[in-house]
Amino acid sequence: MATLEINDLHVTVDAEGGAREILKGVDLTVKQGETHAIMGPNGSGKSTLAYSIAGHPKYTITGGTVTLDGEDVLEMTVDERARAGLFLAMQYPVEVPGVSVSNFLRTSATAMRGEAPKLRTWVKEVKTAMEQLQMDPAFAERNVNEGFSGGEKKRHEILQLELLKPKVAILDETDSGLDVDALRVVSEGVNRVRESGEVGTLLITHYTRILRYIKPDFVHVFAQGRIAESGGAELADKLENEGYEAYVKGGVSA
Amino acid sequence: MAEALNIPVGSTTAGSIAVAAESTVATRMSAPPSYDVADFAVPHGREEEWRFTPLERLRGLHDGTAVADGLIRTEVYTPAGVTQETVGRDDPRVGRAGVPADRVAAQAYSAFEKASVVSVPKETVLTEPIRINLHGQGGTAFVHQVIELGAFAEAVVVIDHTGDAVVAANVDFLVGDGAKLTVVSVQDWDAKAVHVAQHNALVGRDASFKSIVVTFGGDVVRLHPRVQYAGPGGEAELFGLYFTDKGQHQEHRLLVDHNAPHCKSNAVYKGALQGDDAHAVWIGDVLIRAVAEGTDTYEMNRNLVLTDGARVDSVPNLEIETGEIAGAGHASATGRFDDEQLFYLMSRGIPQVDARRLVIRGFFAELVQQIELPDVEERLLTKIEAELEASI
Repeated sequence: MATLEINDLHVTVDAEGGAREILKGVDLTVKQGETHAIMGPNGSGKSTLAYSIAGHPKYTITGGTVTLDGEDVLEMTVDERARAGLFLAMQYPVEVPGVSVSNFLRTSATAMRGEAPKLRTWVKEVKTAMEQLQMDPAFAERNVNEGFSGGEKKRHEILQLELLKPKVAILDETDSGLDVDALRVVSEGVNRVRESGEVGTLLITHYTRILRYIKPDFVHVFAQGRIAESGGAELADKLENEGYEAYVKGGVSA
Repeated sequence: MAEALNIPVGSTTAGSIAVAAESTVATRMSAPPSYDVADFAVPHGREEEWRFTPLERLRGLHDGTAVADGLIRTEVYTPAGVTQETVGRDDPRVGRAGVPADRVAAQAYSAFEKASVVSVPKETVLTEPIRINLHGQGGTAFVHQVIELGAFAEAVVVIDHTGDAVVAANVDFLVGDGAKLTVVSVQDWDAKAVHVAQHNALVGRDASFKSIVVTFGGDVVRLHPRVQYAGPGGEAELFGLYFTDKGQHQEHRLLVDHNAPHCKSNAVYKGALQGDDAHAVWIGDVLIRAVAEGTDTYEMNRNLVLTDGARVDSVPNLEIETGEIAGAGHASATGRFDDEQLFYLMSRGIPQVDARRLVIRGFFAELVQQIELPDVEERLLTKIEAELEASI
């Protein structure tokens, strides 16, 4: 059973006047089949956690460990992490001009699976996944994220999640900027992947809204660079009613 | 036009939009256009039109010391209905599309022996391209080529430069009323070649001219595509793609002279650079004269700097002498490889080498698609791959 284990993770970014510590000792274990929600105010370091695990060069790991099934994730390049089974659905996916969605998806699937998927089954696979996410087939011929609406970008991220079938999926504010219909469609996509029981999910969000569609097993409150409190789904209800004030009091978070 | 700029060291991106009573595009040249080389002083390198060019690498094309001692093997493939002739300087078609604008173009005009004229009769619509293959066998050559389309004719011409040569050339495009001409000029020279050429397009009433310039090889390549209109309603599209490698100087200087009303022009040039002393220069001059009411023009240059040590000079320049235009704009941006794109692709399991290849192919895709000739596109993509192999 796949397990992502984060121990005492410290991360800095380069800022004016030197390195600034964003993560200050994060401990978290996500097992295959589990869904963890990480909630917290803006600036608490939630996204930094996501990008650090994926290996974004902007972040420097200054302490701690991240392992996937005992393998040292921090030693891996970005593409190796993905092929090891980590997936990050990004809050702001990047435009890649001149590269079509279909070319991108196939290149990615080829890299992940170690061989080019058979054309006939692949076309069907993509078509089915796109239909489920209510995406127009013409979408496949557009350039990656170029001119996509907020909702299209998120659907495209979840499309990749469904096709690439990672062991651990990190969803960074996948709910932000979505209207209720889009949120439902995207959540259904995430749930399809979860129902396979083969993925561990780390759902990063500012709002409790998405948790009505995707039920977490565990909820963690993130504040000031670490997990301030952990609990079950009921913790989300408490946050819904009381907000984050209890966690940011006296803190530096904006 | 506002553009996000990410300018690396060793790059200049300047631009201007001037509303002028008198054209500085014309006057900032050190001499007015002329067919006679004697009308131009030998450039010393500080002239506006020469300041980016390494004169010492022009092998004497600019100062009269170059001697026509070279050989260029020329093959011309003409579909049925097309004629090819060899004519003298006195042929009225020679030099009609435009006058040499600098000393090297005038040198070429003064020194060529025979001009080649390829003619497509009026109303002839070709289904196969005309191919002109120029293979340099070493030495220096002066060339004059005329492509002439009669009214309502349609043709695609591929001019392919390979081998080793020092060449100064004028290429004239006479596009008749309502005619459609697409020209693909490929500069795929050996490493030591020097190629300086002026392209003159005279675009007829309601005619369209599309030029796609592809520059890979050579030590110095300096091309000067110029467009004028012979009547209203003409349209010119100027596309360019270059891959400037270690030590290479590749310079593309465009002039679109909107001298007739209701004409359109659109210029898009994109380049990638890698290696020490790779130097790309792009000058985009657009002049909208007082008579050119209803003009619609846009020009853009993009550069992707792949390694340290490369240099880009990009200067769009738009001059407007009438307020009655439909649209005018320009953009120029030079940037490093986008690490965010790379991260995004790699986070989907795609190895760095493949991710870079995807991004660069994507960068050039909109231009490659303009060629519409599978064999040329394929060769181009293979060439880009080969260039990338060297850098990754």
